[in-house]
Amino acid sequence: MSKATTPPGFGFGEDEEMLRDLARKFLDEKLPVEALRKLVAEAPEPVYDHGQRPPWAPGLWKQIVELGWAGLAVEEADGGAGISMAGIAGLVEEVGRHALPSPLISTLSAALVLRSAASAPGREQLRRIALGTTAALAITPASGSWEPGDCGITGTRQGDGYLLNGSAHFVQDAFKADFFVGTARVDDELLLFALPSEAEGVSLEQDHIHDLTRDQGTLRLSDVRLSAKDVVSPNGEEVLQRAWPGLLVLVSADLCGTSEWQLQTTVEYAKNRKQFDHPLGFFQAVKHPLVNAMVEIDRARSLLYHAACCIDMGSPESLEAACMAKSAASDAGAFISDRSVQLHGGIGFTWECDVHIYFKRSMHNQALLGDGVHQRRKLADRLIGPIGATVENETA
Amino acid sequence: MSAPHLSPEHAEFHEYARRWLDENAPPPAPERLPLSPIEVMTVGQRDYLQDWQGRCYEAGLIGCDYPVEYGGRGHQGFQSIANQALGKARVPFMINVVGLNMAAPTILHHGSEEQKKKFIPGALSGSEIWCQGFSEPGAGSDMANQQTQAIPQGDNWIVNGHKVWTSLGHFAQWMILITRTSKHHKYDGLTYFLAPIEGHPGVTVRPLVKITGESGFNEVLFEDAVIPDSCRLDAVGKGWTVAMTTLTYERGAAESAGGGSGEAARPTQRLINLARETQRNGVCAADDPVTRDALMQRAIVAEGLAQNARRARVPALCDHPMRLPLQQKLVGSELSQHNARLGVQIAGAHSMLYKLDSSAPSQGYWPLAYMNSYGHTIAAGTNEIQRNILGERVLGLAKSK
Ligand SMILES: Cc1cc2nc3c(=O)[nH]c(=O)nc-3n(C[C@H](O)[C@H](O)[C@H](O)COP(=O)(O)OP(=O)(O)OC[C@H]3O[C@@H](n4cnc5c(N)ncnc54)[C@H](O)[C@@H]3O)c2cc1C
Repeated sequence: MSKATTPPGFGFGEDEEMLRDLARKFLDEKLPVEALRKLVAEAPEPVYDHGQRPPWAPGLWKQIVELGWAGLAVEEADGGAGISMAGIAGLVEEVGRHALPSPLISTLSAALVLRSAASAPGREQLRRIALGTTAALAITPASGSWEPGDCGITGTRQGDGYLLNGSAHFVQDAFKADFFVGTARVDDELLLFALPSEAEGVSLEQDHIHDLTRDQGTLRLSDVRLSAKDVVSPNGEEVLQRAWPGLLVLVSADLCGTSEWQLQTTVEYAKNRKQFDHPLGFFQAVKHPLVNAMVEIDRARSLLYHAACCIDMGSPESLEAACMAKSAASDAGAFISDRSVQLHGGIGFTWECDVHIYFKRSMHNQALLGDGVHQRRKLADRLIGPIGATVENETA
Repeated sequence: MSAPHLSPEHAEFHEYARRWLDENAPPPAPERLPLSPIEVMTVGQRDYLQDWQGRCYEAGLIGCDYPVEYGGRGHQGFQSIANQALGKARVPFMINVVGLNMAAPTILHHGSEEQKKKFIPGALSGSEIWCQGFSEPGAGSDMANQQTQAIPQGDNWIVNGHKVWTSLGHFAQWMILITRTSKHHKYDGLTYFLAPIEGHPGVTVRPLVKITGESGFNEVLFEDAVIPDSCRLDAVGKGWTVAMTTLTYERGAAESAGGGSGEAARPTQRLINLARETQRNGVCAADDPVTRDALMQRAIVAEGLAQNARRARVPALCDHPMRLPLQQKLVGSELSQHNARLGVQIAGAHSMLYKLDSSAPSQGYWPLAYMNSYGHTIAAGTNEIQRNILGERVLGLAKSK
């Protein structure tokens, strides 16, 4: 791959800035934190005790589709906006900042994978996404392994199609998806397929999660017929590997957004709440950790745009950059989540205070696609070499 | 990383700087060089480094953006390119760190025409070494608590006082000096001087010894030293404002007059190499999962710092203009400290061996670098003070005092 020159400002230009600012304004207006709380956290019982699905706002989603966000990752030729990854990162930061419950990130994720397949059936699905059809990735086995290639669905050939059996787990916003982009093991190949949620033999089981701003489910396939036209790629593993940095960028961007909200909200509290005749922020045991959180968030954010820019440039360093971004974003998220509850004191420990909504969304995202330790393990394999390979490396 | 997007003129200069450094790398130093300019101890080191800075200056890599009449090259936006090239090339650092990064920009902002012509060229070329006389026994973090007195007498000032931790004082011709000229106002009672040091009557420079056993900084005593009024920078009583200009440059929050890093370009790579060469409990340290995780944490912080510098130039991605610049010193010094500490950990039993021991990994580099790293977390405003500044100026939290 040719090493392209780095564009100024990570390629975050006027268009990207406009999109981001528009998103911020739109979400500020449509989903201020009071509205978010009313939507997803009026009371704990429905979701936590009675097992109801976390509510979302389909009406708001309709407006979002009209704004064209669903098709951001779809190329213009297929009816999308074809915006750069840097631009998408900017928008998703706003989505995280507002803890928006929606099928946006799952649909963007599916679109990135379909795009990476660069196939006719894939493009067909991308055109549907651009029109507002929602999708989710169904690629994770029951073990929770994040290795692209590990999967819990098997396929057997039947005519010119396949018969699929098995399950995909940890499917994000599964109950909002019109179709799934999944993987199935067929002999030595990993098949990438697209499957409508209504297809015969498909069932969804709800996971009971702590995050109130999304749903999650297990997709079960029992003798599901897959026709040849729904095979997106026979090289699913390669396709996923190529798309992986983009998937990491999406979750990292959401984390940067939630983290910044948590920081600013906690700073505001530390300015207003007084104890011992001083605002809390006067005390360095409050001030310094908030500065440390800011430093971590800024590191994550810079690495986020670096990773996005690498992807846009087709750089061979994309995966390394994205692992770094996800590691930094997960750790920054964990740290500011911790401080946001602690520094609010007793009120921060209550359902009444907004911080728990973000705490949970962040905690969910920290684990999603692998936490910091997981990213660093992958990174080490690339920057140091796999464990046990050191001696060979040196003599080579 | 690939070259940033540059105008043709800047791209040409980038190419020139890269090529010049490639072709003009200095010969190996006659004696071991210290890790940074604030640790230069011997005349041999000084001469070697002064010569190198002089050659870089002649080549136009230093003072690029300074006006021609003050010894610069009169360009715009060249210095950051030169600095990047110097940082990437494995060449020595600039010895005149106080002259370049503190004295020259402060004089450019606050100096008279005469002062700019007299002082800036020598600071840029390194022919005149500068030191900084801000700290005193009673004025550290609380820098405004200055007790060194300057009393006017005709066209002169009579200075009495005690400065400490004066890096490079033992080689300096000049000092940027803060004095108290009024006891009635803590901040408005300060005045800033460009004070002669070497061989000046009434000025005594005495070395102080660091935890490493090396010297590098000094205490400087002023006993009825006579300093002409022409050496006063800006107005009487404006010393605090002038000092703030100096600190902005010292802490890296503004582009300086020039300088290379001297550090190995990729510190993480150096640590990885150490891990590959080190056996611990019969296992290669590079295969130990805990060590691998620690190494990757370092790599991520290092890359994050580099990308912060890049993002700082994109206003659309910065919520507050000073948010990233003010983190530079804090994050950079702690990165070096944690890197050195990890090196010590990886070296294990061998990290106990110090400079003189022929079995010490990299001639004792790791323990030496770790000990020296505290110089950078303490100097230029301790990192605790940096956190106060960030919390107050950027986050808007109540002042801690
Ligand atoms: C290697 C080295 C080189 C130096 N070179 C120079 C030089 O060339 N010229 C010069 O003028 N000075 C120089 N200094 C001095 C340096 O600027 C001071 O050491 C520094 O500002 C701290 O002052 P202090 O040593 O008096 O420590 P103190 O101010 O006494 O601080 C002691 C400890 O208390 C903490 N502390 C103090 N106040 C607060 C607060 N408000 N909130 C939280 N924590 C606080 C500090 O962070 C520190 O950990 C150098 C120092 C070093 C280590």
